Amino acid sequence: MPDFTMPSLGADMERGTLTRWLVEPGDRVHKGDIVAVVETDKADIEVECFDDGVIDTLLVQPGANVPVGTPLARLTSPAAAPSAPPSTAKPKPPAAKPKPPAAKPKPPAAEPKRPVPAGHPEPERGKPAPAPRRPEPATPLVQRLAEERGIDLTSVNGTGHGGRIVRADIERATRPKASPLARRLATELGVDLHHVYGSGARGVIRADDVRAAARAPRRPAEPRPAADEKQAAMRRAIGRLMARSKREIPHYYLGTTIDMGEATGWLRRRNRELPVARRLLPAAMLLKASALAAREVPELNGHWLDEKFVPGDGVHLGIVTALRGGGLVTPTLRRADELSLDDLMSALKDLLVRARSGRLRGSELDGATITVTNLGDQGVESVTGVIFPPQVALLGFGRIVQRPWAVNGLLGVRPVVTATLAADHRATDGYTGARILEAVDRLLQHPEEL
Amino acid sequence: MTPRQARELAVRSLEKVAPDIDAGTVGGDASLREDLGLDSLDFLGFVEELSEGSGLRIDEDDYPELATLDACVTYLTHRA
Repeated sequence: MPDFTMPSLGADMERGTLTRWLVEPGDRVHKGDIVAVVETDKADIEVECFDDGVIDTLLVQPGANVPVGTPLARLTSPAAAPSAPPSTAKPKPPAAKPKPPAAKPKPPAAEPKRPVPAGHPEPERGKPAPAPRRPEPATPLVQRLAEERGIDLTSVNGTGHGGRIVRADIERATRPKASPLARRLATELGVDLHHVYGSGARGVIRADDVRAAARAPRRPAEPRPAADEKQAAMRRAIGRLMARSKREIPHYYLGTTIDMGEATGWLRRRNRELPVARRLLPAAMLLKASALAAREVPELNGHWLDEKFVPGDGVHLGIVTALRGGGLVTPTLRRADELSLDDLMSALKDLLVRARSGRLRGSELDGATITVTNLGDQGVESVTGVIFPPQVALLGFGRIVQRPWAVNGLLGVRPVVTATLAADHRATDGYTGARILEAVDRLLQHPEEL
Repeated sequence: MTPRQARELAVRSLEKVAPDIDAGTVGGDASLREDLGLDSLDFLGFVEELSEGSGLRIDEDDYPELATLDACVTYLTHRA
């Protein structure tokens, strides 16, 4: 049975820090269960197990920084496991009774085991929960944040999906209570609300308190090494990967301008009938067209490994996602070519929200077969990308802009977008590269078929 | 909807889609897209929250009227 090892969460990752175990010896795990939290240069990632088995020994303690591939835990196969695990603090439902091998004693993998934070009462204890809808437990990252700041999660109001406590709730619970005016004044005057005495009801900071604090001699600003260090680490990680790409990959570049009249017109008509939650963004169409085009030109969809091209086992789009604080992550939208536009849009929303709040899973950071970058939101018209090794191609889209455009010998104003391709010359030549842009163009002329 | 309710809804909606921005301190005339860096997906989420919170149907054609928090307050007070 293979050990559970430090996974590679992206081609640029060399080491990772195990920050937390979510299992203990004796626990039975299934493929896909989240078993640990790993901190990389870029983000905190919930890491899944790749095998079914029973945790035998935890080999690495939380806080250890180890290279990719280091064994973290020893697994034994379910059959070979002792009938009763070594006694741990928590009594478990008896799994001891001999059963036919097909029987699964644990709940399905869809419900990964999550720890109950210290001091958090078991929701089931005592009488049954009053409401039929019980908020989902907070993620390990949020639990850790709460622990670090000494917050009792039971006292926090969850505003996430289904009442789940999200990072913003913790931030809100720890930030000083202040009136909106006081907050605005504090920003304008450069006053840190953490150092202001609140004279309002229940210690709420009022505008006058901020003004008084602004008149008082200024304390030296406290350094924030943690955030700066994190930012620096991310820049280094991006730098390493992009330098490797430019060093190893002989890039070639192609570009074309695509008439988006059909696509945006269709989208507009469709969105007009739908509630906001189900509306599509142009980005969803560009991604779907890219995925279908990558399927048509498999020479560009895959990896360059050991001096040869290995085609992808499906079209898995890497989506370049800018983080507001700076830096980027590239989560993977799996089998994007097989998703309907609606499903792709929902998957995209889910993925990007979690990417920005640092709640991606390990499997979502790996395995992309081609990357798409869409800088349309930033207002630029074209982007010539840098390939993410070991992939061999990257598609880029700029902003959709209104331009004079000739159709059937007549000049009109049409929405157009510039699509570009950066591709690896070791794997393909311009002739092949041109085919994928041509396919994207053709697909976008028939939006109803996407 | 009173201007006060409208502002509260707008601030709450912004906090939800962009937890890293302290919505309480955002100036009423700051552009949500350019100054605060909301991308199209964030903005869609923001409109979704406004629509749910006010019970209003908000069309794509109306998006330009929601460019700042102040603009949102005007829009919501007139419609809801």
